Amino acid sequence: MIAEHRQQPLWFAFALHRISGLLLALFLPAHFYVLGLALKGEAALDGFVAWTDNPMVKLAETVLVFLLAVHMFGGLRVMALEMLPWSSRQKTFAALAAAGAFGVAVCFLLGAL
Amino acid sequence: MASTETIDVEIWQGDANGGAYRAYAVPAQRSQTILDVVTWVQQNAEPDLTYRFACRVGMCGSCAMTVNGKPRWTCRTHVSKAGDGPLRIAPLRNLPVIKDLVCDMTEFFDKWVGAGGVFKPSTTRDDPIPAIDPSTVERAAASEAIECINCAICYSACDAVAQNDGYFGPAALNRSWSLINDIRDAGRTERLSAAAGTGGCFNCHSQQGCASHCPNLLNPTLSIAGLKRAAVKAKVRGEI
Ligand code: HEM
Ligand code: SF4
Ligand code: SF4
Ligand code: FES
Repeated sequence: MIAEHRQQPLWFAFALHRISGLLLALFLPAHFYVLGLALKGEAALDGFVAWTDNPMVKLAETVLVFLLAVHMFGGLRVMALEMLPWSSRQKTFAALAAAGAFGVAVCFLLGAL
Repeated sequence: MASTETIDVEIWQGDANGGAYRAYAVPAQRSQTILDVVTWVQQNAEPDLTYRFACRVGMCGSCAMTVNGKPRWTCRTHVSKAGDGPLRIAPLRNLPVIKDLVCDMTEFFDKWVGAGGVFKPSTTRDDPIPAIDPSTVERAAASEAIECINCAICYSACDAVAQNDGYFGPAALNRSWSLINDIRDAGRTERLSAAAGTGGCFNCHSQQGCASHCPNLLNPTLSIAGLKRAAVKAKVRGEI
């Protein structure tokens, strides 16, 4: 259960930013491992790239793209909030960040299939 | 309106060592406030129930409590606006409880002082009174932040305060921002140093829980963002 005092859109934006940040950090070692495969030689990397044709893997990649996009847009939103003159449309910006990230992920999925 | 209808109410009672909710059935009235409910319980069921209020019209800031999980000013919150189900009334979060619904506000006000909330005059009583142009950007910012009634509702809503005892919190930093924008004030450097320090504005994650709960519709997040910019500028220029 989410505590009553947190039930407002900008807390959800914060939570999404933190969760996406942590998941990205978890994913980072896997990313470096694959980059390492590229260094080892083409065969190892090709094997991995073939594995990514699997639909489930494509779906997981889409989630990853969403996480990266939502964290990037959300991070830019927070930086703008803190460093640019204040705007009263904070909830709109948070919604745009989430919608933009969703759009990017959908484009990735459609392009990738 | 005399009525036989009642409201189910649970009120937290205890002290710093713990406590529990006790249930009451309070006669329903038209336009009844949460403070009316608490007062009814004290006068009719629980004579030693302890709570604070003074003005009953949203001026003094003393009646804040947690109502169904949200911090609110109880004198201006109608029962009908508090949500469905039984009413649950508890003391404010993030402050030590003295007894029942009364919190110890000492740390809240100490942090005001720590954040540089005390006005530092730039002139003496013998100087002419400076003219203040209400149309300047600075004065508009100061005026926007100045209507704080020190109810600690924002402080109670803030998760950064909950996680870090040392954080000044939204009200104190909002006060600091109103003084930063006051042309009569001479304490800018000390105040920005405090704002940039360990208890200061960079603890804030801009979740805006403070702004979404402030009963006077102030926006401490805006004030804190202003402090962040001013502190970064002052740091870059070597002023602090
Ligand atoms: C793509 C560009 C990125 C931008 C613009 C960005 C921006 C930000 C910002 C502004 C914050 C502070 C949020 C706050 O004050 O609450 C933050 C937090 C964080 N970021 Fe990023 N970030 C980016 C990429 C990443 C990546 C690739 C990772 C993973 C390794 C990551 C992991 C985190 C984590 C774990 C946090 C802490 C979350 C929190 O305190 O709530 N970020 N990011
Ligand atoms: S915006 Fe900052 S000060 Fe306000 S509740 Fe959130 S963390 Fe606390
Ligand atoms: S900023 Fe608002 S919520 Fe916070 S103490 Fe002042 S009046 Fe209360
Ligand atoms: S009693 Fe004064 S603000 Fe509620």
